[in-house]
Amino acid sequence: MTAFRDSLFAARFGLAGQDLQNYLSEALSLGGDYADLYFEYLYTTSISIDESIVKSATQGVSVGVGIRVIAGERTGYAYSGDLAPERVRKAARTAAAIARGPSKIEKTGFEEVQKPELYPVLLAPTETALEERVLLVKRADAAARAADPRVFQVIASYADNLRHVLVATSEGTLSYDRQPLARLAVVALARQDGGAPQRGFAGGGGRVPLEVFLHEKTPEHFAREAVRQAIVQLDAVAAPAGETTVVLGPGWPGILLHEAVGHGLEADFNRKKVSAFSDRIGQQVASPLCTVVDDGTLASRRGSLNVDDEGVPTRQNVLIENGVLRGYLQDKLSSRILRSQSTGSGRRESYQHIPMPRMTNTFMLAGESEPGEIIRSVKKGLYCANFGGGQVDITSGNFVFSASESYLIEDGRITRPVRGATLIGNGPEALKYVSMVGNDLKLDEGIGICGKEGQSVPVGVGIPTIKIDRMTVGGTA
Amino acid sequence: MSARGLQDLAAQVVELALAAGANDAECTVSEGDEFSVNVRMGEVETLTEAGARGAGVRVLVGRHTGSSYTSDLTGDGLRTMVRSALDLARITTEDPHAGLPDPDELGKLDLDLQLYSDSVAQLEPEFKIEQARRAEKAALDFDPRIANSEGASFNTDIGQHAFANSRGFVGSYRTSSCSMAAVPVAKNGGAMERDFWFTLARRADRLESPEAVGRRAAERALRRLGPRKIATQRVPVVFEPRIAQSLLANIFEAVSGDSIYRHESFLAGKLGEKIASEALTVVDDGTIPGLFGSSPFDDEGVPVRRTVVIERGVLKSYLLNTYTARKLGMNTTGNASRGLTGNAGIGHNNLFLEPGRGAPEQIIASVKSGFYVTELMGFGVNIVTGDYSRGAVGLWIENGELAYPVSEVTIASTLPAMLAGLEKVGSDLEFRGSVAAPTILIAEMTVSGQ
Repeated sequence: MTAFRDSLFAARFGLAGQDLQNYLSEALSLGGDYADLYFEYLYTTSISIDESIVKSATQGVSVGVGIRVIAGERTGYAYSGDLAPERVRKAARTAAAIARGPSKIEKTGFEEVQKPELYPVLLAPTETALEERVLLVKRADAAARAADPRVFQVIASYADNLRHVLVATSEGTLSYDRQPLARLAVVALARQDGGAPQRGFAGGGGRVPLEVFLHEKTPEHFAREAVRQAIVQLDAVAAPAGETTVVLGPGWPGILLHEAVGHGLEADFNRKKVSAFSDRIGQQVASPLCTVVDDGTLASRRGSLNVDDEGVPTRQNVLIENGVLRGYLQDKLSSRILRSQSTGSGRRESYQHIPMPRMTNTFMLAGESEPGEIIRSVKKGLYCANFGGGQVDITSGNFVFSASESYLIEDGRITRPVRGATLIGNGPEALKYVSMVGNDLKLDEGIGICGKEGQSVPVGVGIPTIKIDRMTVGGTA
Repeated sequence: MSARGLQDLAAQVVELALAAGANDAECTVSEGDEFSVNVRMGEVETLTEAGARGAGVRVLVGRHTGSSYTSDLTGDGLRTMVRSALDLARITTEDPHAGLPDPDELGKLDLDLQLYSDSVAQLEPEFKIEQARRAEKAALDFDPRIANSEGASFNTDIGQHAFANSRGFVGSYRTSSCSMAAVPVAKNGGAMERDFWFTLARRADRLESPEAVGRRAAERALRRLGPRKIATQRVPVVFEPRIAQSLLANIFEAVSGDSIYRHESFLAGKLGEKIASEALTVVDDGTIPGLFGSSPFDDEGVPVRRTVVIERGVLKSYLLNTYTARKLGMNTTGNASRGLTGNAGIGHNNLFLEPGRGAPEQIIASVKSGFYVTELMGFGVNIVTGDYSRGAVGLWIENGELAYPVSEVTIASTLPAMLAGLEKVGSDLEFRGSVAAPTILIAEMTVSGQ
């Protein structure tokens, strides 16, 4: 485990425990119940190829500190992109202005948070030679073009970053974490006999070393998958319109859970009672076949974190157990107000942002049905293998997600591919119609980005094959 | 830092890059200060106040490009940034079309675009908090069914932006903006609906009143209460202005140079063809004073201009930067856009749909049975194929009148069919941001429900 004294902040910026104490004292100089400092050093690289030309390669560094003061339910926030002591103190005073009253915090010293090593990457991709990384996009381009003569355009992009995070709180906790993240993505366009082009997309990654892209999740793997999806669409017919039985394939279709229940269970919406799930703990909100968890402790996953962005270790949180709503995702502020505990779900996009409850890796546990048996049980319906993005209105509970690869199910068999269509449902209702859950739980490849109130964070999703007896499909046929 | 200071810094980075071996270079430096407050149930919930700045450089070594950025504007920070960009140029491929704009394309509009007003920086925090509080109160007081709220916010941003390149361009401009929004929750029994409304301007005195914002937000949330899920059917669909705007954003993506040269757009190769009904004229104009899409030059140092994109249904122009123009054998339209660094992408300026003659009420009155859309959800628009399928919320039109709310449905068609079926365009064009459209009527779409 890397300790603060070995951190980049101590080594490169000369930050000492006493400095952290001083900044926190400044932050609480006008009163307030709690303060924290979030130091961030982010180093990013991105490379892309288009028309077989590596057209773009970019690197950058951003450094800063965000300072938060909580007084009752009020939050004061300020940040500085400059770590010079006078700048940090000025930000602390700005954040302090939210509170009124005498300072009541005593200096206690810090204890480092005990955290696991979920991504013990000795050499982050960011720290490897550029030549090795540019090869990934070149290989993806070549593989996609070789995969099928109908491919006429390929765009491949690779991006990695290494985020150093230091969180110091007025509760006396200190945590330093080094968070690598990398992803490779391929877009392929294919055309048949001069007809309309179709687009396929695949990508993945995680908190992994570069070797993963050389041996397991290779450029060829993503390239072939992107091409396969584009080619499937060449023969697609119009999607059905109206209510039908929907079978979701394993993996990325888990985005259903992220939209249908995940956001609605974030504690900020629930303490304000603006979520369709507010005051529903203990109620049946899904079929008894459904158990849904949010788990930030899975090794090397894109959504995983040793500690969240408030310095709290992540954990596995059960959201829905056998269909019954069990708990919310809590950050420090919500858990203070709700008199409960943080669930390690406080996340933020950068030092310029206030943390809030967010998901990590959200998935449904495996059931007992064979996937083939699930398909065979459907007389007429839709099988969705892949999705684009989704969105939810947490207040009404309505959510959508866009199927990018789906097929008709006719008499228990997967038949023709259909064109892209949006599926729509209502969060607290949709999962009540889950009538079969497969034994094939799969997590996604590691490409998800979740947006909330203007902040983006990396997340993961997963699901086994499931059957939903009733869902509205937005096609035209 | 002063605008002059930022400009000098940008020019200095360009010099550093040339001295280090680049044969061309361009640099962006920007600086911003933000204030935001959110008030909920009468109390300040969050208050953020801060500033940040950064610089980015893009270099050309031969026809190889490399880019980098930093938040460290010290001499050391800038030198590291330049070195990093040059290192990256070694791993990119020679691209015959890469390069800066020709010198005769560079320049800036010589006209006061009114992008900055001292009035925004002069607003006191207490005043901003009070405005948000009044907006929320107006929503809560509007109707007893507005029983909860996600709050109301007031934001201000002051920014400075400088750009320099090795072809002799150097320029900068300042911007200011302020905005106010309210997000009330309407409740009826156990069911809740949320909506919002907002106002934004580059000058403080151009904002609408907090009461107007709060009341409008409350009305929007209330009219959604008690929605029905209707049967699947094909009907005429009316888009309210905010929704028509999203269609314009889809058109923008489809006419962007990057989508065109890659054949990643259903409009690729359609220049000069009729792609929409005669009711549709779309213009991109970055020269209108006071608006959010205006600026004296684009992110490559090319003056912005007025470009007619679609005229009475005929595709007249793509939106291009230098690179995509060279790929297509055309000229840039002054639509280069990027963050601090990287190759320029395409951005719109003020992109709008020319208003027609009918009042929105007349358009609704012309529909016997149809769907008036007030919100769209999700990302179900495929620019490559034109396939369109999105979640929708709105009101059902019965005999020319808004009858009852509808939700948990989708609307679907294809963009070519929607553009061809654009039958009516309203007179109610209003700029609330850099994309604007009036109410529109589309002849037929599939509404998918029960």
